Amino acid sequence: MTSSSDVRPQSRAGAGLALRDATLGRPGVPVLHGVDLAVAPGEILTVVGPSGCGKSTLLRTLAGLLSPLDGEVTQDAHPLTGPGADRALVFQEDALLPWRTLRANVELPLAIRGLPRPERRARAESWLASVGLAEHTRKLPHRVSGGQRQRAQLARALAGAPRAVLMDEPFGALDAQTRAGMQDLLVEVLRGTGATVVFVTHDVDEALFLGDRVALLGAGRVTAVRDVPRPRDRAAHDEPARVALRRDVLTSPSI
Amino acid sequence: MTRYALRVASVAAALGLWQLLTSRNIDIWLRFSQFPTVADVARAFAGRLSGEDYWTDLTDSLTRILTGFLLAAVLGVATGVLVARSRLAEDLLGPLLEVVRPIPAIALVPVAILLFPSNEQGIVFITFTAAFFPVLVSTRHTVRALNPVWEEAVSTLGGGRWRILGSVVLPGALPGIFGGLSVGIGVSWICVISAEMISGQYGVGYRTWQDYTVVDYPGVFVGMVTIGVLGWATSTAVELLGRRLTHWLPRTSYVPGPRAARTARGTATPVPAGPGPEKGVPHDQLV
Repeated sequence: MTSSSDVRPQSRAGAGLALRDATLGRPGVPVLHGVDLAVAPGEILTVVGPSGCGKSTLLRTLAGLLSPLDGEVTQDAHPLTGPGADRALVFQEDALLPWRTLRANVELPLAIRGLPRPERRARAESWLASVGLAEHTRKLPHRVSGGQRQRAQLARALAGAPRAVLMDEPFGALDAQTRAGMQDLLVEVLRGTGATVVFVTHDVDEALFLGDRVALLGAGRVTAVRDVPRPRDRAAHDEPARVALRRDVLTSPSI
Repeated sequence: MTRYALRVASVAAALGLWQLLTSRNIDIWLRFSQFPTVADVARAFAGRLSGEDYWTDLTDSLTRILTGFLLAAVLGVATGVLVARSRLAEDLLGPLLEVVRPIPAIALVPVAILLFPSNEQGIVFITFTAAFFPVLVSTRHTVRALNPVWEEAVSTLGGGRWRILGSVVLPGALPGIFGGLSVGIGVSWICVISAEMISGQYGVGYRTWQDYTVVDYPGVFVGMVTIGVLGWATSTAVELLGRRLTHWLPRTSYVPGPRAARTARGTATPVPAGPGPEKGVPHDQLV
């Protein structure tokens, strides 16, 4: 699947992201208070919580689309000043530009970085191939399925070699089978990029499968951050430690 | 095929009715006795086509409308984007634009006469003003209605202001911009013809008014038909360009309707008679 991955340079090491005593939200409408969270370089942190608990706000703040109302948000100990190519955001749906083909969408971050056309074309094709869309590179987004659009979005986010990938319920609109396939694909394509991942979801099983650690959100704050035993191992699903953690998460007061 | 036959038949029927009413000199409240017949108009038309003036009029009018319209398209889109994206621009330009907008462009003839050294520039100015506001208003609305996710996506891929303008705002606003351009080209014709009637030298509007003052009624109709055909051609051009540039829009139209399908086949075939949009045909074939 990644036969042509030699076209792609290895990305730099993952970014370390941290929030210190941060209040997050839109101006005048704080959603999360006293957030203390450190995301280690290269780790996958999943964030789980009920709808409306501020998961997206947290992610947008890390992306630089929202400024913290109070406290500090840093990347590698430098305060964040705004959105940038370092931290790519993957949205739940419809974030591909509908007038660009899948390939042109994936070329976008490469064009922004100023790569010459033949090179960005080759890299975009290679990324699309590695998410299984080699056949569909010339199609417009509305000509492919929702799952294929999300794969293209993933390819677009990774093509720019970001140091952190922020994912906002990227598989939330997909059916269960597609979703499991996408999770495996995500694990596969992330391998070797070294990127830090913050993955927001309302699906506890998804959070426990993907995350090295899982952060629980509820009642306007981060209620707990737990290590996940044997992350990204489907066989660990029934392991006692995982089952216990799953029970803890589901019965935590916030959810 | 049936649809083209229907269209041709509709025009032919209208012409036939006109010929019938005028050649019989029918006066039933509406008076057709003074009206030129289709044959009169056709004869006058043929005469004009062989003369030189007709073509001068045509190119003059076309030059005026295209200059005014292109200026309006460029400045209308630019101003619309500016007003929609910048609060400062909205505060500075908004009130001015809103006050000037309700003034009919043709009412600006005195302004044009005072401002511009030549008639020609005045007419272009009026044509420009006519098309400018529809383009401006629809650009402003569609830019404001753009899906914010597109912009956020590009900015988290590292795109700056100009990249967002070129890769998100302008392409995303194209459907609305072309809505404004379609309206604009129509209003432009109204205004270029009126302006020529008032102050032109040469031009289809000028000629039509001249013919009227010398009681050459077939000539007036030649002018009207010319205006109609030119207007149709230019709006079709705008429409086709718009469809080409917005071919990415998911469309459900252009599937042959049940009426055409039934008459063509003689049976009640259900709708999908042609390539439906879901069959994965290249999008170009659908538009």
